[in-house]
Amino acid sequence: MALNTPAMRQETAASDNAIELSGISKAFGSVQANKDISIRVRRGTIHGIVGENGAGKSTLMSILFGFYRADSGEIFINGKPTEITDSESAIRAGIGMVFQHFKLVENFTVLENVILGAEAGGLLRPSLARARGLLKDLAREFELNVDPDAKIEDLSVGHQQRVEILKALYREADILILDEPTGVLTPSEADHLFRILKGLKEQGKTIILITHKLREIMDVTDDVSVMRRGEMVATRVTAQTSPTELAELMVGRKVLLRVEKTPAQPGAEVLRVENLRHVDSQGVERLRGISLGIRKGEILGIAGVSGNGQSELLEVLAGLRHAEGQVVLDNEALPLSGAGCDGQARRARRIAHVPEDRQRRGLVMNFHAWENIALGYHHDPLYNPSRWRMDNPAIIRDTEGKMSAFDVRPPDPQLKASGFSGGNQQKLVLAREIEYEPDLLLVGQPTRGVDIGAIEFIHQRLIRLRDAGAAILLISVELDEIMALSDRIIVMFDGRIMGERMPDETNAQELGLMMAGMA
Amino acid sequence: MRTGKIPHWADVTLVPLLSVALAFAISAVLIWAIGESPSEAVKLMVEGAFGSTYGWGYTLFYATNFIFTGLAVAVAFQARLFNIGGEGQALLGGLGVALVCLYIPWPHWSIALIAASLGAALFGAAWALIPGYLQAKRGSHIVITTIMFNFIAASLLGYMLVSVLRVPGSQDPASPRFPSEIALPKLHEILGLVGIPFSTVPPVNIALLLGIAMCFAVWFMLWRTRLGYQIRAFGESEPAAQYAGISPVRTTIYVMLISGALAGMMAVNSVMGEQQRLVLNAVEGAGFIGIAVALMGRNHPFGVFLAAILFGFLYQGGAELALWTSIPRELIVVIQALVILFTGALDNMVRMPISRLFALRKRAG
Repeated sequence: MALNTPAMRQETAASDNAIELSGISKAFGSVQANKDISIRVRRGTIHGIVGENGAGKSTLMSILFGFYRADSGEIFINGKPTEITDSESAIRAGIGMVFQHFKLVENFTVLENVILGAEAGGLLRPSLARARGLLKDLAREFELNVDPDAKIEDLSVGHQQRVEILKALYREADILILDEPTGVLTPSEADHLFRILKGLKEQGKTIILITHKLREIMDVTDDVSVMRRGEMVATRVTAQTSPTELAELMVGRKVLLRVEKTPAQPGAEVLRVENLRHVDSQGVERLRGISLGIRKGEILGIAGVSGNGQSELLEVLAGLRHAEGQVVLDNEALPLSGAGCDGQARRARRIAHVPEDRQRRGLVMNFHAWENIALGYHHDPLYNPSRWRMDNPAIIRDTEGKMSAFDVRPPDPQLKASGFSGGNQQKLVLAREIEYEPDLLLVGQPTRGVDIGAIEFIHQRLIRLRDAGAAILLISVELDEIMALSDRIIVMFDGRIMGERMPDETNAQELGLMMAGMA
Repeated sequence: MRTGKIPHWADVTLVPLLSVALAFAISAVLIWAIGESPSEAVKLMVEGAFGSTYGWGYTLFYATNFIFTGLAVAVAFQARLFNIGGEGQALLGGLGVALVCLYIPWPHWSIALIAASLGAALFGAAWALIPGYLQAKRGSHIVITTIMFNFIAASLLGYMLVSVLRVPGSQDPASPRFPSEIALPKLHEILGLVGIPFSTVPPVNIALLLGIAMCFAVWFMLWRTRLGYQIRAFGESEPAAQYAGISPVRTTIYVMLISGALAGMMAVNSVMGEQQRLVLNAVEGAGFIGIAVALMGRNHPFGVFLAAILFGFLYQGGAELALWTSIPRELIVVIQALVILFTGALDNMVRMPISRLFALRKRAG
């Protein structure tokens, strides 16, 4: 009887479910990443999986793609119980995966990347010819057009992503998993991607879309499953749910999706930037004459697709890059090169900086929380009782205060930065920079990779700092965030300012066009 | 999700111990293969190194050398700088010691010790400064430059000994003997003060205590001072250090000065404590052994101390082995090389199975 069960299930399930996971559990050490997860994905649908960071979405997908073995549980593909031991067997089962960080060979052409690992035989020519033909068909059918002979490094991010999809389709994937596919795309590129996905769905492909953006879920998915803390808490038909319900399911409590804020009360101009120019180490001109001003008590948001000079602007102001032009803070020029142009000198001028990449720049991952609280402030007299000695206990005490003020969990100053979740790492950085009570705060991607609950908290803290009279320069690739937080918005494209808008007098479409350099 | 996390205590004890055990196991096979008895060899080595105060004396003497050179490598590595110029820096340290001891009349050994330590540190630091400066300002790779400076140091020392310091009329490229008033007290004299008998033969001297003090000093510098904080932050993440306003140039130069000074101070033990004159091969490869000592000691000053004792044991035990058996001297070098190989290069080979074991145990528990 027991032997019959899978077969019986096969008959009932084969007709409608592309994937069925049953009782999947996976632990990493003491962390239960997936707890008894069961999910059915109907064939020919787009199935969204949402959840906060660390909810276990990526682990679940890695199990499905053979990167991890589940500790227990079963996988059925098209109703057939399937052992997925590695990515090769996943591909054989018809599963294709598009990762958040592309796995492409930069200096290979599109065609070479598509056939990489799926070459038929020792000679490349037949495979290349076959791939070229297939690419042509796919381009026609799904708007998946990419120049097959272009090198990856010359392609835009949106096009690189298409190559990833083409790779999966070339391997005859019926089930396509996309992990946070729109994180790197402009709004119009994202729309294009969704058109491609809908086209693929109409051809009978099954698509799993992992994202934390509820709007995308509402726009393109048929079903949506919500994960929280390693568990699958709900599956809904998208048409019968709402963003509010999904957000509550994700976080486990009521969440404000809108940022509550009063109108800004801007004061005198704190920072004046005139004709700022920067050439990076590769000789590329990243800033081509930027001029702007920020006043006390306002948040100036800078929108733009990543790679259009916003990061460089932030780092020039933070003293991490040299530039030409003029920057005046409180009627006194800031040196843009040479002595006096480094992080220490900027902090002395009461400029704090929450860097875009907190794991590379904002934190030393291998340092304890308390060591990270001192990072950049290690000259603070509070931490240095004498010329040489550092007062570690004083730093630890100070860290405890900052951790509780910013609700960093766990509130353990001895834990290494790498031991905190993304949201709590960011809170650690924010605690350090905001508690300094700066005149000007430079913030890059304050909520990238941060879960919804923490986003709400971080936004509130930024508003509170603004209301206390600080000037804030905000850079984010999340247009929603720019629109929700900013009191003024500047759009950057290709190292230039495309224009300035007030948030209540513009919309995502207009800003999206400006971000693409078309307005 | 990271796998391969093992508890800290296992990382600092279990991994090195198992690595050493593996190295010894393979050494045993080698000894057995050339027709000698491994158990007899172990007995000889342990007895030779630890079985008498004579053995202990030599073990600790060698260990003192390795403490200094090991600390030098460990400090530099905290800033992720691989200083493999300990050999040359120690040679120059020897020159510093010799100049201080030969040309200035010191009233008492204690003042001479302080002056010689400073001289050794100064010369060693100066020798490390040049590669440090080139790395910081010009990006010349410190591994390349420090190793080249080893050769320059050897040539420079040869010139100094042959043309400047040599005793007139002597064929021996060595400096005159230092005044006997400033001979450093040996360990048996120090222990004699508290009534502990110790062999008078081995050259182990007060520099051992200086080395132990340096372990504490380096630990304090790294984990209790702002300079140490900056060094460690720079080593762990250069972008984060830059963000914090920690100057990469200044940090690199400071670290190399400290590292070179420590390597140079080895000469206090070997040149001033043992030889009492400067000879051509005063360092005898201890600069390179320092790399293995630092690797095995996990770049921590206390780990360096323990690893230095182990390598002191290998040196002394190995010498005994060569003396009493037909095991050739070369095989002892092979055993030492195996220990370096397993504790340094093949570290992950041991670490990975251990981390898997811990993962299993956790899941079961």
